[in-house]
Amino acid sequence: MSVRMPEPDSAVLSRREKIVATLRSIVPGEGVIAGEREMKPFESDGLTAYRQLPMVVVLPETTSQVAAVLRYCHDEGIRVVPRGAGTSLSGGALPLADGVLLGMAKFNKIREIDFENRVAVVEPGVTNLAVTTAVAHAGFYYAPDPSSQIACTIGGNVAENSGGVHCLKYGMTTNNVLGCEIVLMTGEVVRLGGKQLDAAGYDLLGLITGSEGLLGVVTEVTVRILQKPETARAVLVGFPSSEDAGACVSAIIGAGIIPGGMEMMDRPAVAAVEEFVHAGYPLDVEALLIVELDGPAAEVDHLIERVEAIARDNRAVSCKVSTSEEQRLLFWAGRKAAFPAVGRISPDYYCMDGTIPRAALPRVLARMKEMSEKFGLRVANVFHAGDGNLHPLILYDANVAGELDRAEQFGAEILKLCVEVGGVLTGEHGVGVEKRDLMPAMFSETDLNAQQRVKCAFDAKGLLNPGKVFPVLHRCAELGRMHVSGGQLPFPDIPRF
Amino acid sequence: MTDLLKPRDAKEVADAVAWALDHDKALEIAGQGSKRLIGRPSQTDLTLDLSGLSGVTLYEPAELVLSARAGTPLAEIEALLAQNNQELAFEPADYGPLLGGDAGRGTLGGAIAANLSGPRRIKAGAARDHFLGVTAVTGRGDTIKSGGRVVKNVTGYDMCKLIAGSWGTLAAMTDVTVKVLPKAETEATVLIEGLDDAQACAAMAAAMGSPYDVSGAAHLPDHVASFFDGLPRPQAATVLRLEGVAPSVAHRRETLAALMRPFGAVVLLDESNSRALWRSVRDVKPFANEAARKRPLWRISVPPAQGHRLVDLITPAAQMFYDWGGGLAWVAMPFEDEPDAGSIRAAALALGGYATLIRAPAAIRAATDVFQPEEPALAALSKRVKESFDPKGVLNPGRMWAGV
Repeated sequence: MSVRMPEPDSAVLSRREKIVATLRSIVPGEGVIAGEREMKPFESDGLTAYRQLPMVVVLPETTSQVAAVLRYCHDEGIRVVPRGAGTSLSGGALPLADGVLLGMAKFNKIREIDFENRVAVVEPGVTNLAVTTAVAHAGFYYAPDPSSQIACTIGGNVAENSGGVHCLKYGMTTNNVLGCEIVLMTGEVVRLGGKQLDAAGYDLLGLITGSEGLLGVVTEVTVRILQKPETARAVLVGFPSSEDAGACVSAIIGAGIIPGGMEMMDRPAVAAVEEFVHAGYPLDVEALLIVELDGPAAEVDHLIERVEAIARDNRAVSCKVSTSEEQRLLFWAGRKAAFPAVGRISPDYYCMDGTIPRAALPRVLARMKEMSEKFGLRVANVFHAGDGNLHPLILYDANVAGELDRAEQFGAEILKLCVEVGGVLTGEHGVGVEKRDLMPAMFSETDLNAQQRVKCAFDAKGLLNPGKVFPVLHRCAELGRMHVSGGQLPFPDIPRF
Repeated sequence: MTDLLKPRDAKEVADAVAWALDHDKALEIAGQGSKRLIGRPSQTDLTLDLSGLSGVTLYEPAELVLSARAGTPLAEIEALLAQNNQELAFEPADYGPLLGGDAGRGTLGGAIAANLSGPRRIKAGAARDHFLGVTAVTGRGDTIKSGGRVVKNVTGYDMCKLIAGSWGTLAAMTDVTVKVLPKAETEATVLIEGLDDAQACAAMAAAMGSPYDVSGAAHLPDHVASFFDGLPRPQAATVLRLEGVAPSVAHRRETLAALMRPFGAVVLLDESNSRALWRSVRDVKPFANEAARKRPLWRISVPPAQGHRLVDLITPAAQMFYDWGGGLAWVAMPFEDEPDAGSIRAAALALGGYATLIRAPAAIRAATDVFQPEEPALAALSKRVKESFDPKGVLNPGRMWAGV
C-alpha cells in the first residue's frame, strides 16, 4: 500500500472497549462486530490492493440508529467510514484503523414504488439491479447500470455518481436521483428533494451525489424509473484502426444520433473476450465498436440503416447487425465479460478509469502503447466511446516483485495523460484513495481548498471518511480564514473597467 | 441606482470581487439583467455586470460540447448551435416578457445561475444536467474551476451542481462548459380535448408511463387555453409532445393517440403548430402579457400525479396551468399586492413539493419569502455552504434568503 492514511488517533484506540460497548447500546444484537476474524470481510473494497481492519464495524438498521452513531462519534471525535456493498474500485470504503466502519447493508428494503410519479423510494443498501427487478413487471427499469449492478448498492451509486454503458443517452446517477435523506456527522437528519423533478434551494442533492461518502450518510434515496424502450438492436462494427473507429463514433453523433450504448474495445481486449465468451467478435480488427439503438421498432430499424451506412463510409471492415434478442445479448455478453476475460489471461489486472475528449483517443492509445513498452506491462482497453470514458486494463502479476508498483506507476501516467489531453482523472470509479494523490494534476490548491470548505460546511471536524479524495487535509478553521489583501489592490477606488 | 462594474475578462472579475471585499461592498451579479426581478430585492452597493465577458471559446459538435464566457448571450449560442442542428436540450425558458422585459435576452451564465429548464425537463433535465465545467470567482475572491469538458466525470465534488441554481450567491461565473445535443429531426403533438385537471393528470401519467418517449406533457385548462399558440380551439387541452426522427414520430403519434382515446377526443398537431405551442408553454405565455403581469406569479413544483390537487387547495380566483406532466404548476394570483404565500406554501407542502414566487412587486418580495423557506437543519446547512464560498456576503447577499 503506497498511500498514506491519516495517523490513527491513539486516544481513540485506547478507549476502544468503551466505544464498542456504547455502540452496542445504540445498535443492539449482531449489529456491532468487533472480532478480528469477523471484521476481516470488511478490510477492503473492490480495490483489493489496499487493506486495513477497522476499529469496529457497525451495521445499523434505522435512520435513528445511524443518527445516534454519528452523533456519538462526532461528540467523541471518532472517525467514520461509510460502506455500501464494498464494490468501489477506488478504495472509497477502505477502513481506518481508528475508525468505525458504518456498513449500510441492512438498509435493504424498497420502501415504495410509485408508478404514477415514476419513482422508487429505496433504502441505500438495495442493489442497483434490485430496483430494476422490482419494477420490471410493469415495463419499467432504473437507467444507470454500472457493470457491478448485481452487487453494488444505490447508496454507493449515489456516493460515487455511478454510470454504466447507457450514460450517454440516459445520464449518470446524478441525472436519475430526485431525492434523498442524509444524516450529517452531527447526527442531524436532512431531507433533500423528493418526488418532484426539481428541488428548492441549493442543489445539495447534486453535491452529495459523487461526494464519495465525505459529506453525509445516505439513508433513503428516491430514484426515477423509466419505461423500457420497446425494442433494442445492436451493431457490431470492426475497424482497421482506432482512428477509424473514433471517426465513426463522431460521424454517428454528428448525424444527430444518440445511441443507447456505444462501446469500443481494442485488439487485445477483443482477443481476450472472444476466447472467453465466443461472442462472434472478429479477431482481425484493431478496434471493435458495439452500437446499440433503442426505441420503437420503426425508429431502431431506421437508425440501424443509417449507422451501417456511416460505418461503411468510415472504413469499417466488418458490420454485423443483431437479428434477435439472443444475438444482441451475445454481442453485449462479450463486452460485459471484458474484465473477467482479461483476468483469465493475466494473474492480476489493474482497471483504470479516465475520461478524455473522444477526438484524443488515437493519441492516447498511441502513447499508451509506448508506456506499455516502457513499463514492460501489457494493456487492454475498453472504452465507453460515446462519452469518452476509457478503462485501460493493465496486466500484471502481483507475485513478480515490482510488478504491482510498475502497474500503479503506469496507471498514474495514463491518468495524467487523460488530464493533459483535456480529460479528467476519473469518469465513474471515483477518486477514493487510489487517485487521491493525483488530484493536483487536475486541480490547483485554490480549487481543492474551495472543495474542502464545502466539506467543512457538512463536517466541521473532518471525521467522515477522511483520507479519501483530498491529498492534503486542512483544518476547517485554517481554511475559514480570509486572506484580505490589505489594500494592495490595483483599484484604489471603484474599479471601472 | 447602484454603480456599475463592467469587467472585460476573468481577471477583472477577480479584481472586482477582491476590491469589494476590501471595501466592504456587496455586489449584485448580473449578466444582461433579464431575471433581475426574481428573488428578494437587491441590497447591494454595486452591480457586477458580466455581459462584457462574451464569446464562444470552444465548440466541437461531434464531441457535443460548447464552452463560452459566462456573459455570452443565449441567443447567440442557440443560433450557433442551430447551424449544426444542435441545441441546449434543457430548453431554457425565456422569462423576459413574464417579468416585463424584452424577449430573447439573457446569457448562458444567467441560464445556469437560475437553473433554467423548459417542458423537456421531464426527459432531458434542467441546466444543471448539462453543465459540465466552470471557472468562477468565489466571494473570497478566489478563482476556482470545477468539472471539465467531458460528460462523464466524478473527479472531486460536483461544484457545478451547487453553482447551478444558486442565483449568483456563491460565485461569479466567468467561463462555462455545457453539453449540447442534436436537435430532433421533427416533432408532433397529441392533444386530448376537454379534460378537467384530475383527468388530465391521469392521462399524462399514462402517457409518461408508456414507452413512447414523451418529451413534453402539459395541461392547459379552459380559462387560459386561448393564450397558447398552435391550439386548434380555445378550450382545455392536454398536450403531449413527441420528438425524434420522422418514422419514429409518425409511429409513436399513432400509438400514443390510441392510448389516449379512452381519456377524450384526440387531435394531432403538426410540426409547426407543435413548435409554436411548446414555445408558449415554455415561456409561460398566458401570464406574460401586460394585464396578467399585475398578478403575482408562483412556480410550484410537486410530484406530477399530485399536481391536479392544487386546484382544491388554493383560491378559485387564481389562474393556472400545468407543465411536466402535472409536476410544475404556474399559478397567477388575483390581486397585485397579495401573493397569499401562506396558503400557496401550505398547498405545495401538503402535496410534497415547494413554491417559488417568481413575480411580485419589490415591496412584496422584500416582505415575503420568495424562495421556499427550509427546515432549520437544512437552512443552517445552506447558510454554512454559502459562507464556505462567500463568508462576508459579497455576492448577491440576501437574494435567496435573508442572511444567506
